[in-house]
Amino acid sequence: MTPPTQTIHLRSQLAHPGFALDIDLDIPGRGVTALFGPSGSGKTTVLRIVAGLERSSSGFLCVNGTVWQDAARGFFLPTHRRPIGYVFQESSLFVHLDVYHNLAYGMQRVPQAKRHVSLEDAIALLGIEHLLTRKPATLSGGERQRVAIARALAVSPTILLLDEPLASLDLTRKQEILPYLERLHRELAIPILYVSHDPDEVARLADHLVVLQKGRVLANGPLHETLARIDLPIPLGEETGVVLNAVVGIHDAAWHLFRADFAGGSLWVREHDLPLRQTIRVRILARDVSLALEQPHHTSILNQFPGQVMAIAQDAHPGLALVRVQVGDSPIVARVTQRSAAALGLTPGQSVWVQVKSVALME
Amino acid sequence: MLEPADWTAIWLTLRLATITTLILLLLGTPVAWWLARTRSRWKGPLVALVALPIVLPPTVLGFYLLLFMGPEGPLGQLTRFLGLGLLPFTFWGLVVASSFYSLPFVVQPIQNAFEAIGERPLEAAATLRASPLDTFFSVVVPLARPGYLTATVMGFAHTIGEFGVVLMIGGNIPGQTRVVSVQIFDHVESMAYPQAHGLAASMVVFAFLVLLVLYTLNPTGRRP
Repeated sequence: MTPPTQTIHLRSQLAHPGFALDIDLDIPGRGVTALFGPSGSGKTTVLRIVAGLERSSSGFLCVNGTVWQDAARGFFLPTHRRPIGYVFQESSLFVHLDVYHNLAYGMQRVPQAKRHVSLEDAIALLGIEHLLTRKPATLSGGERQRVAIARALAVSPTILLLDEPLASLDLTRKQEILPYLERLHRELAIPILYVSHDPDEVARLADHLVVLQKGRVLANGPLHETLARIDLPIPLGEETGVVLNAVVGIHDAAWHLFRADFAGGSLWVREHDLPLRQTIRVRILARDVSLALEQPHHTSILNQFPGQVMAIAQDAHPGLALVRVQVGDSPIVARVTQRSAAALGLTPGQSVWVQVKSVALME
Repeated sequence: MLEPADWTAIWLTLRLATITTLILLLLGTPVAWWLARTRSRWKGPLVALVALPIVLPPTVLGFYLLLFMGPEGPLGQLTRFLGLGLLPFTFWGLVVASSFYSLPFVVQPIQNAFEAIGERPLEAAATLRASPLDTFFSVVVPLARPGYLTATVMGFAHTIGEFGVVLMIGGNIPGQTRVVSVQIFDHVESMAYPQAHGLAASMVVFAFLVLLVLYTLNPTGRRP
């Protein structure tokens, strides 16, 4: 049960030279909310407003029942009084302190009674026990970012704000940090606001998705619904696709497959070492989904479902279309050529067969 | 080799330089902070004003400070009103004059250090519950340490070396205003070259040691 106070309400108007922000946003006060959009869309600004690092002339911010800003009353809670944890794009560790004292810096400033996260827990969660006596200058980019995340956790925040924590890292370092972020997602009871422009990160981590463009909110809703919206002009290109929550059903050891059961059907996925009943997240890219009017037989594609066409939209390329198909309770997006759409005579309400060529396991 | 009068001058000079440097570190810090952070249109004029003693002939600066502290000057009227008498030709007059004279040598290194820190560490500290004052002492000052070291050494050494301003403000009163540089000048004027050598060589050694310490403690741009 979610109490009514478990929401973050943000209303804000802000004008910088060449950039204006005008948003009115309600997001859940739990789970991971991704703020997604191209650069210049205002996603970092939104995060900075929540942190109090940016002060909008008019606006209102209430986090899980506590007002942090109310411009109408002239009320503004300064950053150092907000119970936040913040991770910047570059780690921003204090270079004059070693790792341990960086971690302790914030924690020491939190009253004893409000410390819920011990330093040991934060250190263990990010796996940085071996770095404590090192100076930030001697750490790799990935290690620095892990320390920065642990430092933010050590202040026992009631909300964690992450500003593209992986953006400054190369692919290998990203792979090094992502498991820790997924762990935060599973193990922390506090809401996380996560700024990203990477659809893959969003698909892995987010429960809720806010799409921003040019300082305005384009879409705001649960991840699987928002990703399935084909009416949004967000150019995701090859990354267009949906994310489904599923559980591990059965293993088929003979063929090295396991069955992932989602609301509306089951998918055969290449085998991983996952226990039965574990909740997983799978991503189906629109380019890997094809449509047929009748059930295809004699095909190499294992995953087929009956579904119903809900909507058809023009894709970025004039020759392509995006088709949203409802499979049971889950929406799936397919990318087909305009020619195929015309040849099949696709219209909303029509019954089709969905074929999924490839599925990516996210966690 | 050094006469008692030389030792008096050395002791006086060290006292003057120490007091001046301490005053400048205290007053220079808020000035440097403001200059490093402000977007005010007054920044330009104030930067120029602070730098003025670098380019002004010391006699010009000394002349105006003499008027400023004299019986008709605003500071002179204030000190008289407070019952402190007049500052020219006193030790404290030299302290005030030196503080103006050495101001840029203290403010500029600190200001540069503050500017180099940038916005980000301050924001990071704020997200870690540090109030602005707390941030200043726990983050800004430690990060600006090289700047403070340079400021201290430059302010101290520059005050020790001043001559023109001292002559204009302090004259040549033994134990009061006769600093080392004036003492050397006196020796030379009375053709006492060996004595002048003794003091002058001490100054050379002192200056070398100061710079050596500065560059050893502060290897710029070479961090492990």
